[in-house]
Amino acid sequence: MNLNEWAFVGIFLAIAGILPAVPILLGWLLGPRKPNPIKTDTYECGIETVGDTWVQFKVQYYIFALVFVIFDVEMLFLFPWAVAYQRLDLFAFVAMTIFILLLTIDLFILWRKGALEWT
Amino acid sequence: MIELPTLESLNVVVTLPALALVLGAIVLLLVDVFLPERRRWITGWLALIGVLVSLGITLLTTDRTGEAFGGMFVADSFTAFLNVVVLITAAVGILIAMDYLRRTDMNRSEYYFLLLFSTGGMMFMGAANDLIVIFVALELLSIPLYVMSGFRRPETRSEESALKYFLLGAFSSGFLVYGIALIYGATGSTHLPAVWAAVSAIVEGGSSAVYLVLLGAGLIVVALGFKVAAVPFHMWTPDVYEGAPTPVTAFMSVGAKAGGFAALLRVLVIGLPSLIVAEQTAAAWVDALALIAALTMILGNFAAIMQTNLKRMLAYSSIAHAGYILMAVAAAGHPAVANQGVQAALMYLLTYAFTNLGAFGIIIAVERNDGSGVSLDDLRGFSRQRPWLALLMAFFMLSLTGIPLTAGFVGKWYVFWASINAGQVVLAVIGVLTSVVGAFYYVRVIVRMFLEEGSADLAQPRLPRTLRAGLIVAGLGTLIFGVLPFLAADMTTGIQIALAALGGG
Repeated sequence: MNLNEWAFVGIFLAIAGILPAVPILLGWLLGPRKPNPIKTDTYECGIETVGDTWVQFKVQYYIFALVFVIFDVEMLFLFPWAVAYQRLDLFAFVAMTIFILLLTIDLFILWRKGALEWT
Repeated sequence: MIELPTLESLNVVVTLPALALVLGAIVLLLVDVFLPERRRWITGWLALIGVLVSLGITLLTTDRTGEAFGGMFVADSFTAFLNVVVLITAAVGILIAMDYLRRTDMNRSEYYFLLLFSTGGMMFMGAANDLIVIFVALELLSIPLYVMSGFRRPETRSEESALKYFLLGAFSSGFLVYGIALIYGATGSTHLPAVWAAVSAIVEGGSSAVYLVLLGAGLIVVALGFKVAAVPFHMWTPDVYEGAPTPVTAFMSVGAKAGGFAALLRVLVIGLPSLIVAEQTAAAWVDALALIAALTMILGNFAAIMQTNLKRMLAYSSIAHAGYILMAVAAAGHPAVANQGVQAALMYLLTYAFTNLGAFGIIIAVERNDGSGVSLDDLRGFSRQRPWLALLMAFFMLSLTGIPLTAGFVGKWYVFWASINAGQVVLAVIGVLTSVVGAFYYVRVIVRMFLEEGSADLAQPRLPRTLRAGLIVAGLGTLIFGVLPFLAADMTTGIQIALAALGGG
């Protein structure tokens, strides 16, 4: 184990720093500067907000987001599994079946507990 | 062809106790959603049955050892012993919680399956033979505990404790992952026996990768130090223990500690015993652990004197007890006493489990429905109203002090014995002196109950049956292991096989 191998990490970090810094620096050096109040305003998607921005969101959003994440992760595991399916044996099939079964139980319990109702 | 294990090589049988428990928890979840509101009391009993089934399987399969899931899990006498400790903790944790949850209006069945999942995490921790499994088991152990500490939900103290525990716990998980990454970077493996072999080669070859291993080991000790509440990482303990519902505190103070120390022993004694630098005779982590142990014992015991709230006092006392166990872990870093050190740590965990669960059980008995009535002054004149409960509390307090004929004494005796055999005389002296300091605040509880006048205003006219059963189990455990220490000695002698097989001991 040679510590010199870690030099690549250092080089990578240096490049990662330089790459975004160069365009910003060039823009600052070469660009014309004619400020006016509208230009220096904070950029916020173009439209000014109506009312107070500190509103409370319904807690259901969070539950929906969590459920979404669960099935998002399921997809993440299913795609590589499906692509390699021809070359896998029974083990992979059983493992994935157990995984999907557990997620099905999750969904079932969420439904029974009423987490999918928007009230 | 991708290399995959076959179904036969999984050797699922050896992980059966833990698997049974987790399956039980899933079944419990399913049963619970079908139960009508008035039958909800069944879930508690079903959870208890699940724990007892798992305990039965553990006791029946103690001789079945081996590796499972391609070496990720290992079942040996260490695993079996730890399974027994955490399953007893879970059983008593369920018993003392049943009535409390009902009367404080927290009777949500989530409590029981969160407790089962957390127990499953502890069992996997004891069986972990791979750094990745340790990480997953630690998360399985911790995440249910975060939720459980916020169980008294509308109350801010409970929510605060959950949030604090969650943030610091997530932080310590980060340390753990970073430590694992560094060790993987240096050794090229996360499998503990492979890590041991690689570290031995690195140390003998004088490679500079040894610094990576040292840093990784340090980060893992920090992360697990959070979990077991060792001193520089203990800040969360009093607040979380005070804010969480008392049965959760009881379960957490024993279970999370058992899980954390299981991981610490697995990583340090099996994975990194050969991490010896600079011409020393013991592993490099011994000095660090000895320092942490000394600080933990001193600060835990002295800070406990200041406390007026019983739960807070027991929180600091649990910090102090983590120090004594750390002393045994440090002793296990000396090659000649590795087995003794591990035995002492396990023995201490067992005796501490019974005693501490009992002490918290009594607090549950005196606590009022709104969570008050747990200050030291509330115990004035307790012996007049409840002579038996007061006697039992006195017994648990004496056991926490370490008076002979209680389980606490046996645990302390093992720890000091291992520590002196390892040549850590200074540490042992600090341990004895801080035990004397500890006696001050434990005996103060007894004085409040028996010698001072007052009218302790009790929450319940009579003790519920489930709580009584939990207290009896805890009391019997404390008594039996205190009076017949050879029983415990027989249980731990087998543990050396697991370690000697790896050549680390």
